[in-house]
Amino acid sequence: MNDSAPGPGSPAELADALRATGYLADDGLATATYLAMRMNRPLFCEGEPGTGKTALAQALAQTLDAPLIRLQCHDGIDAGQALYDWDFPRQLLHLRTLEAASGRGGEFDADAVESSLYDERFLLARPILQALRTSPSVLLIDEIDRADDEFEAFLLEVLTEHAVTIPEFGEVRAATPPVVVLTSNRTREVHDALKRRCLYLWLEHPGIEREIEILHSRLPDVPERLAASVARAVQKLRHADLIKPPGVAETLDWARALHLIGARHLDPESAARTLGAVLKYREDADRVHKQLDTLLAS
Amino acid sequence: MTPPRSPSPAAPPRAPAAEPTGSVDELLTGLVGFTEVLRAAGVPVTQDRVTAFLQACDTLDVTDREQTYWAGRLTLCADPDDIVRYDLAFPSWFEPTSNRPASNRDDRPPAPPKLAALLPGREGGEDESDDADGPQIKAAATGAEILRNRDLGELSPAEREHLRRLMTLLRPEPPTRPSRRRRRHRHGEADPQRTLRAALRNQGEIFRLSRRDTSRRPRKVVLLIDVSGSMEPYADALMRFAHVVVRRSPRSVEAFTLGTRLTRITRELRQRDPERALRAAGAAIPDWSGGTRLGEVLQAFVDRWGRRGAARRAVVVVFSDGWERGETELLGTQVEQLSRLAHRLVWVNPHAGKDGYAPVQGGIVAALPHLDDLLAGHSLDTLEELLEVVRNA
Repeated sequence: MNDSAPGPGSPAELADALRATGYLADDGLATATYLAMRMNRPLFCEGEPGTGKTALAQALAQTLDAPLIRLQCHDGIDAGQALYDWDFPRQLLHLRTLEAASGRGGEFDADAVESSLYDERFLLARPILQALRTSPSVLLIDEIDRADDEFEAFLLEVLTEHAVTIPEFGEVRAATPPVVVLTSNRTREVHDALKRRCLYLWLEHPGIEREIEILHSRLPDVPERLAASVARAVQKLRHADLIKPPGVAETLDWARALHLIGARHLDPESAARTLGAVLKYREDADRVHKQLDTLLAS
Repeated sequence: MTPPRSPSPAAPPRAPAAEPTGSVDELLTGLVGFTEVLRAAGVPVTQDRVTAFLQACDTLDVTDREQTYWAGRLTLCADPDDIVRYDLAFPSWFEPTSNRPASNRDDRPPAPPKLAALLPGREGGEDESDDADGPQIKAAATGAEILRNRDLGELSPAEREHLRRLMTLLRPEPPTRPSRRRRRHRHGEADPQRTLRAALRNQGEIFRLSRRDTSRRPRKVVLLIDVSGSMEPYADALMRFAHVVVRRSPRSVEAFTLGTRLTRITRELRQRDPERALRAAGAAIPDWSGGTRLGEVLQAFVDRWGRRGAARRAVVVVFSDGWERGETELLGTQVEQLSRLAHRLVWVNPHAGKDGYAPVQGGIVAALPHLDDLLAGHSLDTLEELLEVVRNA
């Protein structure tokens, strides 16, 4: 356990700090984040899209006043994109220069050349290496389920050791381990070996009261009545059997859109005009259009 | 007060009421005991998870029930299914006085495997009228070659036994897709790292460009098996088939059953031993031989798994006779969605191999326009054909 890290002394304190940044954390979320920081374990967040997984990392970075370093995973991501790479064109240029020098009577010392080639200045630090070298920092590994299992195995090592060995360069170890947040949309089951090293947090859509609260804290300009009716309508939409039920991000977008077009409350007309902010499939929009009245009835 | 039912014989008989008023030892025993109960309830709790749990309890305030709850949930659970079990086990252990029935689902039952009921005794059931005089004739035909072409739904117990062995001999090769990850190759783009390394060995002189090219990776495969009443004669064989396919490439194959609800059985089928795997899968499936709501269940798959990525660019194989009570409109739209997500959508209908079959059932008519292939799959031979189609997809 790392007691030297300045940080909140209890989950409740952390929840307050997060609240100050506009992120409303419930008990579970605050406890999870608190434990992740105190136990130096990555926090593995799973849940529907739009439940605030990525936002949590952002809020956390703001709370700790640490930079947020983000690694977006994708199919075929490898160490060169996640950890480090060498700046090949510059290395080559450097090599040519050395060669030219040795041609003019200089000595070509292979060992010296090699060590000068694999120098700090030719090292391109990718997100994970950046996070290890920046203390404190928050490392967000987003959508780990999109990467393949070889990449997971590679992460395993970095996340448990908080250090990485670059063969030509040496070991890079984090002075203070970064706070690591992993997110997954569950398109694929992430390997148990990785999950075992993490704290597992399952996130769900917020209930109506918390959602209204979120709207207030994120969009203080939006009138209270509008915010409440938007939250109510979104709650109904989530149970309307849609292809893509709206997440909190959509709720915020919708409220913002309504506010921008000058709507003072949610009526069928303004709802119809702004539906594109909350529904992202034509089939869903068609369906909801037909039942706008029931949706808005309170 | 009714003490909580101990979920399995392996669990300690009774919770020593882990009230955090006791000594540290008692407290520890209580916490560790809880992890055992949880394990018995089907949550795969490993030793390092227990350690993490204790560590988390140490970091938090153990006298606070809420914090103990979260300490355990965050360290001992690994997916949403675990959380359901955890939520049942937690109060039954830490609040033995509560009236809540301890309904921990027992996942390692000595209970009779549901699948076994489908195996030897039942000869097809009432719905197969031509089955009554079947076994006598078929008993003579035990040669592997003949068996390969026999209808899986009409086998005698001995033939089934034989077929099981044949099934384990299948070697399903996974289909592949180009990977974005590049490997050393003779052709393709220049590989700067390797080129530079080679140059260093030659006094900085570049003689030859090293190259790299994309490699191929297994493509995802999704098996959706209809286990409703009308598919019952084929259920056992298809589950075994699924087991073989899952075992062959466990990381790229997902298996689900479709009945009145959707059940994911990938985890169960990853076990090596077919009998254990099938028993586990049987226990996981709550709706064997029930009705079908094919449209609704497919929708559940598309919404919960398919669109998020499980079906994206995958080879999706649906094993079903397409028997849909009621409206088929929903089924049609769901199959269409699925075909848009999938790389290739294959429908395997055991009845399609029979003489005089025409795809006229409502369900299959609705699905047909969106399918890439409609295959038979009623015999081992046709299942091998299916493997061929999947491999080349």
